[in-house]
Amino acid sequence: MSVQGGGIWLLLAVLGLASFALRLSFIQWFSRRRMPPWLQRSLRFVPPAVLAALVLPAIVYSGPAPGFSLENSRLLAGLLAALVAWRTRNVLWTMAAGMGALWLLEALL
Amino acid sequence: MNTRAAMTAGIHAILPMLPGIVPFGVMAGVAAVEAGLSPLAALASSVFIFAGVAQMAAMQLLDSGALPLVIVMTTVVINLRYLMYSAALAPYFAQLSVRWKWTLAYLMTDQSFAVTVTHAHETPQREHLRWFYLSGAILCWLIWQASTLVGIFVGARVPEEWSLGFAIPLIFMGLLIPVVRDRATLAAACVGGSVALLARGLPLNLGLLVGAGAGILAGVLADYLAPPPHAAERREEAA
Repeated sequence: MSVQGGGIWLLLAVLGLASFALRLSFIQWFSRRRMPPWLQRSLRFVPPAVLAALVLPAIVYSGPAPGFSLENSRLLAGLLAALVAWRTRNVLWTMAAGMGALWLLEALL
Repeated sequence: MNTRAAMTAGIHAILPMLPGIVPFGVMAGVAAVEAGLSPLAALASSVFIFAGVAQMAAMQLLDSGALPLVIVMTTVVINLRYLMYSAALAPYFAQLSVRWKWTLAYLMTDQSFAVTVTHAHETPQREHLRWFYLSGAILCWLIWQASTLVGIFVGARVPEEWSLGFAIPLIFMGLLIPVVRDRATLAAACVGGSVALLARGLPLNLGLLVGAGAGILAGVLADYLAPPPHAAERREEAA
């Protein structure tokens, strides 16, 4: 199922409104309240959980040779990128290393 | 500090962060075009949503035929941190008009939030904080839209074999590693990633949400079972 024609504009509008509502939440509506501690504690784990859930399927199961194998150039490139990310803490270096590794591996394999 | 000085200070504060925003904006444009959006719709995604990771994830989900509801829910989960920012900034903007509140809220980004909160702590006088925030935030917005345009242009012209789309998970990877700082966040990441892998076969692209949900729970649980030292002391004091 995909979003055709005018549907994409509706989707973009909804995504925009949802994002805006989050940003406006405490500023406009909950200004008298403080964020409950349980919510504050839980929010800390949203970035690692969400980013990992986005990354892992993308590097393991996308591309021409999906799965946990040494032929999966995306997996290998992703692992190298993880190492570079760990050492440099820099998104640009991570991207460069990952893309470079991917191109190299695709040329070789 | 008067209005103009505040606006200048705001621009100065945000300036170092602008180059870092550019690659995200470019990839957001690329992602939209690769998902099949027209150039106008792709630009609209950046104007309406104005959030890099959410835009990239939404476009990838759209490209793989995900249900619109799942795309919306995923975008909300990814953008939950804006709740935190909103709560932190609300006291500073409490006295402002609705027009100001809505404008400042629309322009909210990680960068604007960070520099504004830092500045607010350093400056006793808060009256001009909105101008400090506004000038920097508008600059971010302009850079974002310009970068998206570059991405739209580039994305349409780069050959398939270059696998430019792979840069998006690489961005996520680059963002992931630094946020894994302790055992609890490590648990959140490991569980989130593993469950997302296991759940990839789920219908409606729910694997991502299920993985993220499991990861958040794992983090909360790990935090509860082995809290950081100061939290443990506080709990003992309360008992």
